[in-house]
Amino acid sequence: MNKIALVARREFLTRVQKKTFLLTTILLPVIIFGFYALIIYFSVSSGSNTKIAVADNANIFNGKLENSDEVTFSFLQNETKASLEKKVNSKEYGGYIYIPAGTKPLINDSIKLVSGEKIGLIARGKIQDIINKQLEQVRLLSLHITKQQLDSARNDNSVSFSTINGSNDSDMKEGVSMAVGYGAGFLIYIILFIYGAMVMRGVMEEKVSRIAEVIVSSIKPFQLMMGKITGIGAVGLVQFIIWIVLVFGLTFLLPLIFPSFAHQMQSQPIQPAGMQAAEAFKNASADPTFMQGLAQVNWLMIIGFFIFYFLGGYLLYSSLFAAVGSAVNEDPQDAQSLMLPITMPIIFAIVIMTKAVNDPSSGIAVFGSLFPLTSPIVMMARIAHGVPDPVPYWQLFLSMALLILGFLGTTWMAAKIYRTGILMYGKKITWKEMWKWAFRKS
Amino acid sequence: MALLELEHLKKYYATQKAVDDISFSIEQGSIFGLLGPNGAGKTTLLRMITGIFFPDEGNIIFDGKKFDALNDIIKIGYMPEERGLYKKMKIGDQALYLAQLKGLSKNEAMEKIKFWFKRLEMESWWNKKVEDLSKGMSQKLQFVITVLHEPKLIILDEPFSGLDPLNANLIKDEIYGLAQRGATIIFSTHRMEQVEEICDHIVLVNLGRKVLDGTVQQIKQDFKENKFSIQLNGIPATIASTAFDVIDTKANKLTVKIKDGYKSNDVLKHFIQDGVNVEAFSEILPSLNDIFINIVEDTHAKTRSFQKVD
Repeated sequence: MNKIALVARREFLTRVQKKTFLLTTILLPVIIFGFYALIIYFSVSSGSNTKIAVADNANIFNGKLENSDEVTFSFLQNETKASLEKKVNSKEYGGYIYIPAGTKPLINDSIKLVSGEKIGLIARGKIQDIINKQLEQVRLLSLHITKQQLDSARNDNSVSFSTINGSNDSDMKEGVSMAVGYGAGFLIYIILFIYGAMVMRGVMEEKVSRIAEVIVSSIKPFQLMMGKITGIGAVGLVQFIIWIVLVFGLTFLLPLIFPSFAHQMQSQPIQPAGMQAAEAFKNASADPTFMQGLAQVNWLMIIGFFIFYFLGGYLLYSSLFAAVGSAVNEDPQDAQSLMLPITMPIIFAIVIMTKAVNDPSSGIAVFGSLFPLTSPIVMMARIAHGVPDPVPYWQLFLSMALLILGFLGTTWMAAKIYRTGILMYGKKITWKEMWKWAFRKS
Repeated sequence: MALLELEHLKKYYATQKAVDDISFSIEQGSIFGLLGPNGAGKTTLLRMITGIFFPDEGNIIFDGKKFDALNDIIKIGYMPEERGLYKKMKIGDQALYLAQLKGLSKNEAMEKIKFWFKRLEMESWWNKKVEDLSKGMSQKLQFVITVLHEPKLIILDEPFSGLDPLNANLIKDEIYGLAQRGATIIFSTHRMEQVEEICDHIVLVNLGRKVLDGTVQQIKQDFKENKFSIQLNGIPATIASTAFDVIDTKANKLTVKIKDGYKSNDVLKHFIQDGVNVEAFSEILPSLNDIFINIVEDTHAKTRSFQKVD
């Protein structure tokens, strides 16, 4: 045990102390965020406050237009187009709106804004909003309807869904569960790939540097493999925690630096992500029941299971990756072809997961959440919908037990392949041979 | 007392018998040579002694008890033929790590590393990486790592390959020193002149079997061909004797082979009767190199054949 810790310590320290670790862990997210921030800054920034002169000869605004950070409206009396133009030319105002007498607010006469220089995207949106809002009120008033009357007439009646055993099954909860399920499943998927490949390269290190024989004359190959897996797992955990902290920190920081960012996000429709979950999420964000939906998700449970399935999945797959790493030579191309049978179930799991978030009780989802090679990803998508409905306790416990058995099985098998593979040089190993190593008696 | 005893060790692979019923014992404090052509099964044998492989059959008795890889590993130092170190790791850290893996505590390991680094003038290397070292330097480091934890049994597979004569002598002296202080050394090589110089006892394996076992002196006696070298002040025109044949003549030096039933004195008697002055007379013992080549060729050793071609 002590020797496993020694190996793990070295694996952890050599990786964490590398400059590339610092670079990818800390600088990369910062650079990406900085890049986004710059893009947003340039696309959003309208420069300074634009002063608009309004000559409202029809008095449709009642002399009332809200000012904002981007625009200031000033009402001027007795101005002609020519005199306004002069004022814009002399840079006293950035632009003007001239409304000729007799313009009726109910008729869709368009309002024209003439500016000296181009007005930025954000300022345009703002101006549009302010004028529309004011016009809407004026139009309603002319029809003798107050804003409150209109709002109450527009109120939706929302149908509330619940299942027969009484648990509240609101839309909002469904949407949030879906998003959480997707998020957790994808996160595990990414973790399996990144750190699985890292374990594989780590295992190849002994072979490439030809130190394997020295090491296995000091410790058992199983200890070396487990040390590597735990050490690299710890690196992954640290890296992930730093990323999460950075992402949260920066997302909170970003609106502070660019207050207009939030406005931009609301005024622009979210890019067609194609994901229903994202759609549900977007609709939800405006709704007060969104918070209820969030509250109904059992976060403690989800985080607990996430850690379990993260560790289980990582241990299961990293030992497989380790077995492959021990069998290949220096040639990374060999690794590619040997890796395929391992990456297949991961991709398969993602496919099942996209089905499971929509329909967590379907047969394929239940199968996927029990089968140890896919359960870390698929079960997370189902758990987000709730326990014991739609995931009964027996399925949950069976899935966990199978995952534990699964990783004990793969570790045992991988250890045997590893023992033989690590001392082999120069030979190209096939899956058939690895199979033989795994199941012959020692 | 024997430190290591091998009893009927066997290790078969699917395609060949790598080690086929080998037994021998190694005395404590001796320098033991394990010889054999390429593919004779030396590496497999060594891997079984170091606990990397389990024998299919047979026993290994180490230090009076049945060999237990888990606990006895710290008493063994193994320098494999396949040399390697972590290239990106600093030399000091690397030595410390490998010593700790053997089971030394950090302080103990540190103390011993400092002692050996000082002894072999490697102190200035501490913060360098292995990739910055020359082949000979990394070989020296490898040697230090092998003997650092003061093992009872030190196994060196081709320890001098790649070393210049100066460093080779340095390592050789260390090997003698270690043997004097009680360590047992197994020395695997096919450089016969080194074996002759260093080893007390040798075993020759070929095709997975033991073909020779004994002290260097004993083996030479066993394989001697009754050849003598004799130096005379002048070579007579004809040499005819029933006692010996002349095999070779060089200047005034003759190599003779004594026939069965005669002794070395019969040669001297012949020249003394001839009135030729004998300046020097000595027996020619076969070199291990000759013995090696003789035996291995006799058994038709080729390199490992995996497959019969009809």
